[in-house]
Amino acid sequence: MNLLTQGAQQLPEALRKLDPRHLWRSPVMFIVLLGSVATTVAAIVDPSVFAVAISAWLWLTVVFGNLAEAVAEGRGKAQAASLRATRTDTLARRLGADGTETAVPATRLVVGDHVVVEAGEVVPGDGDIVEGIASVDESAITGESAPVIREAGGDRSAVTGGTRVLSDRIVVRITAAAGHTFLDRMISLVEGTSRRKTPNEVALSILLASLTLAFLAAVATLAPMAAWSGAPQDVVVLVALLVCLIPTTIGALLSAIGIAGMDRLVRVNVLAMSGRAVEAAGDVSTLLLDKTGTITYGNRQASCFVPAPGVAEGGLRDAARLSSIADQTPEGRSVVDLALRMGADDQDLPRDAVFVEFTAQTRMSGVDLSDGTQVRKGAGSAIAAWLGTEQPAEVREIVADISRAGGTPLVIGRRDAAGTGEVLGVIHLKDVVKEGMSERFAELRSMGIRTVMITGDNALTAEAIAREAGVDDFLAEATPEDKMAYIQREQEGGRLVAMTGDGTNDAPALAAADVGVAMNSGTAAAKEAGNMVDLDSDPTKLIDIVEIGKQLLITRGALTTFSIANDVAKYFAIIPAMFVAAYPSLDRLNVMGLATPQSAILSAVVFNALVIVGLIPLALRGVRFRAASATAVLRRNLLVFGLGGIVVPFVGIKLIDLIVSTIPGI
Amino acid sequence: MTDTVGGVLTIALLVALLAAVYVPYGDYMARVYTSTSHLRVERLVYRLSGVDPDAEQGARSYAASAVGFSLVGIVVLMAVQLCQAALPMDRGLPGVGLWMSFNTAVSFVTNTNWQSYAGESTLGFTVQMAGLAVQNFLSAAVGIAVAVALVRGFVRTRSGSLGNFWVDLTRGTIRILLPLSFVAAVLLVAGGVVQSFGDTMMQALSGHPQVLTGGPVASQEAIKELGNNGGGFFNANSAHPFENPSGWTNLLQVFLILVTPVALTRTLGTMLGNRRQGVAFLGVMGVLWSLALAAATWSEVTGQGAAAQAAGAAMEGKETRFGEWASALFAVSTTATSTGAVNASHDSLTPVGGGVAMLNMMLGEIVPGGVGAGIYGILVMAVLAVFVAGLMVGRTPELLGKKISARQMTYVALYTLTTPALVLVGTGVAISRDSTSDAMGNAGGHGFSEVLYAFTSAANNNGSAFGGLTVTSDFFQVTLGLAMLLGRLVPIVLVLLLAGSLAAQGRVPATAGTLPTHTPLFVGMLVGVILVMTGLTYFPSLALGPIAEALA
Repeated sequence: MNLLTQGAQQLPEALRKLDPRHLWRSPVMFIVLLGSVATTVAAIVDPSVFAVAISAWLWLTVVFGNLAEAVAEGRGKAQAASLRATRTDTLARRLGADGTETAVPATRLVVGDHVVVEAGEVVPGDGDIVEGIASVDESAITGESAPVIREAGGDRSAVTGGTRVLSDRIVVRITAAAGHTFLDRMISLVEGTSRRKTPNEVALSILLASLTLAFLAAVATLAPMAAWSGAPQDVVVLVALLVCLIPTTIGALLSAIGIAGMDRLVRVNVLAMSGRAVEAAGDVSTLLLDKTGTITYGNRQASCFVPAPGVAEGGLRDAARLSSIADQTPEGRSVVDLALRMGADDQDLPRDAVFVEFTAQTRMSGVDLSDGTQVRKGAGSAIAAWLGTEQPAEVREIVADISRAGGTPLVIGRRDAAGTGEVLGVIHLKDVVKEGMSERFAELRSMGIRTVMITGDNALTAEAIAREAGVDDFLAEATPEDKMAYIQREQEGGRLVAMTGDGTNDAPALAAADVGVAMNSGTAAAKEAGNMVDLDSDPTKLIDIVEIGKQLLITRGALTTFSIANDVAKYFAIIPAMFVAAYPSLDRLNVMGLATPQSAILSAVVFNALVIVGLIPLALRGVRFRAASATAVLRRNLLVFGLGGIVVPFVGIKLIDLIVSTIPGI
Repeated sequence: MTDTVGGVLTIALLVALLAAVYVPYGDYMARVYTSTSHLRVERLVYRLSGVDPDAEQGARSYAASAVGFSLVGIVVLMAVQLCQAALPMDRGLPGVGLWMSFNTAVSFVTNTNWQSYAGESTLGFTVQMAGLAVQNFLSAAVGIAVAVALVRGFVRTRSGSLGNFWVDLTRGTIRILLPLSFVAAVLLVAGGVVQSFGDTMMQALSGHPQVLTGGPVASQEAIKELGNNGGGFFNANSAHPFENPSGWTNLLQVFLILVTPVALTRTLGTMLGNRRQGVAFLGVMGVLWSLALAAATWSEVTGQGAAAQAAGAAMEGKETRFGEWASALFAVSTTATSTGAVNASHDSLTPVGGGVAMLNMMLGEIVPGGVGAGIYGILVMAVLAVFVAGLMVGRTPELLGKKISARQMTYVALYTLTTPALVLVGTGVAISRDSTSDAMGNAGGHGFSEVLYAFTSAANNNGSAFGGLTVTSDFFQVTLGLAMLLGRLVPIVLVLLLAGSLAAQGRVPATAGTLPTHTPLFVGMLVGVILVMTGLTYFPSLALGPIAEALA
């Protein structure tokens, strides 16, 4: 839906927002409202084309500001409406203590109730599965159509009200009362009903209020000064000057920027529980990232074959492939992939070959061929035991090297029908770092953000992966307590920390972190503790969240700068217009060559109103953010919004004046 | 030597002198305010006044001490003036009137030194020396103390204290201002400035006897410039040949005016452990000071404006022994610091020259500003600049490792609102009174400038007078007195509260994502913010005065 239609749709809402009790929240826009009333009264008492035009445009200024807010809210409202639709009266099957079922409306469920949900039914409320396993369609909340598996026990036991069970039967213990469910919170968040001013918004509002007061003083005292100078000013002109000077652009767009920032997060499927968290994301200087799933693909993959002395690399490669063709584990498939990449023939396993699965006893897997040849892969000691020989010293060395580098060595052995066996070599399995991660971390580093990898691996493995991924630090064999201690240490040094987590034991750290992103797949406790929930359960998103937080702050700063810089041109339009009668020399300040004093003032007012509309898309979209050092970002934004803010209105006011001056009576 | 060569050489010499003392003087002041030991004479002062010099004060207590000390100073100084007739060495002069004594007391205690009286015909030696000169030292020491307290706010982490006001006041007076003004006074006497305890009778050319008013001029002159006070012994101030006899003494005076505010940027850098930050602030001050000097010198030397064009040069109101170059240099330096001494009549400056003088004060006395006041003024502006532009790098703003949030912005917003409100409301009220037109020396834009200048000078604690305007009416004595008082104490209280809130914070470590505040980019931005904020506030009123005149 494009912005124009959205704007048209939200117009009634924008008019409703003219209520002074609403506008009071923004002192700048409240002053504009008072100004509109004053000029309207003046236009009625002493009608003129000029007075009517000015007061009309002042009203429009207020409406445009409201429109920005309404459009920003409108996007969330549409989403809330679709969420609400999923919440419609579900009938829950409550399980009594004696195992009997009673049908009760979902709204009557209380915390602790057990309900049964079967395939095709909607989960009546938030809860944890206490019995069974099911695939669940969570698209109502996440927008992701692929079903997810939820099962009793562990970190995947949480189900959300409003989602649909696709298969099997589960028993859910309700953990949130009706009206306080995740869905309810989500609706109120995207609707913006629970929106409060964030700390930085408050600070900025104070600055805007003080600027407004300063201009109020300048304009109010200008009245007697002008009168003394023989150029008494009309109230319409003074109000027009005041409205042009006070920072209406940022004043009108401030709340829209905040709402749009939350909305951008919603679009990447992250729900922020407060605007404060979004702001904090911009300030984060340490990111704690789980290794598995975030930095690495989460499973070990074959990275190279190291043949034993006297064995051709091709021989090892083919044997390794043979042993893994039927192996459906990710490791096994990666061995086949690597072998093919290294030039192995892509032929099927011989028809009568038998796959030998991995067992905890043998600690090997492999294949038995019809000619009696057996191939096995497994831990070095297991293969040695199977072959009944000592491991060759060279192989032992290779194994040790791979272990030292943080990898997992997988030894390949072969035994022919006669029973003579040999060690062919070693497959180097390792955690593969996702593509592009080290560039991403370098980008973060240039923005002043340290990345810390959290892993359960031992220090050796962790260090190897950390070096490859390019993270700044790592926490090996990390327990929840270690994470917590690390966060506290960083915070004591004045750094803000962001982390992701999903398990119940992550909850304290999530709560302590400045930005704690809980995975939607995680437990209720984790979701409760974090201040954001990632509906996609994608830990990489932490990086997007930081960028959105920065973008929000940049947009605010840029529009504030633009708003203030605009005043320079407005002065050059209005001041000569006001005083040229008393001091003809001041006409030299009319650098834009505006037609008449009235057209000059009206043009400035019209520009002031139109610039709000013109900047709504930017406020909603946010200023483009590119990872770079603070100095580079500042230089660019100062140039665009500072210098641009000074130049643009000179052009804009002149153009408007060319049109306005054709109106008779101006 | 042509005027141009002489003028440029004077400026070059001045800059060279300032550069020579910048590091030693700045570091000396940093040591004064960070040292833990006390001089014997200081211990005596503490014992007599019952101060525990090793006790620390929080923001509120520090502010209460600074404000209380100033208010007591006003009461004492008023009393001394009202009782002048009963004091020794009164030169037979009567007690000063009530409102004039209020205005004068406030003026000297607030480091303004606005003079609604004529020194030689109103005040005896006792009032000048025991009253005014004492405040010349103390008010300057208070200014530095407040600046140092704010710097400590940035330096300290998770601390509830800002130092000890009484110690800072005592040290500033005893270790900095007294010894330096002694040296300066000796140099001034050597340059020909009068230092005596009596008037001289002489036979005038006409044959009639004439009284030449003398007095302890050099000693007062030294602290007048060094402490950025500006209250002259004589009504003609530094244009008077007994106060400022030659080009050399004139250069010395300009040097004394600038030396402390300039070197304090080094003190700031040294105390912060971030000398580049001090240099960056000096850069901001230097850029603005140079722009002002260039504009004023150009206008005075080329004689811009209708009157000067008609006369062929802009020498009206200037001393021939100084000329246009030295007059412009003095005018810019005295208004860009909060000194307010004058060696030429600002009323007679060209419209651009007078406008620059006014604009310098409107900048908030930060280029380089009053002793101490310049430092806290520019730090407050830096907070403002960091807040607006700092958001543009995508972090909640911080300055020197301290977060700028709602609380800090409240203090900064009120600070930046205070003086403009006093100037504009004061001028607006004054101009709407019929009697004000009668008090003006000129009509039209120039008359308006006289009133605007008076309130700008008072509220910004500069104290220089445009002249032309008669300010002895009770209305002006009271309103200008209040403008000086509020323009001094309200910002001081806000600065100290700001300092307290900063000291209580921890420190955010600097990363690549932190906006660096010592780079040329930041210097340029701060210059821009200062100019735009000042311009936006004062443009309408300047348009009715100097701008209208200059364009005519």
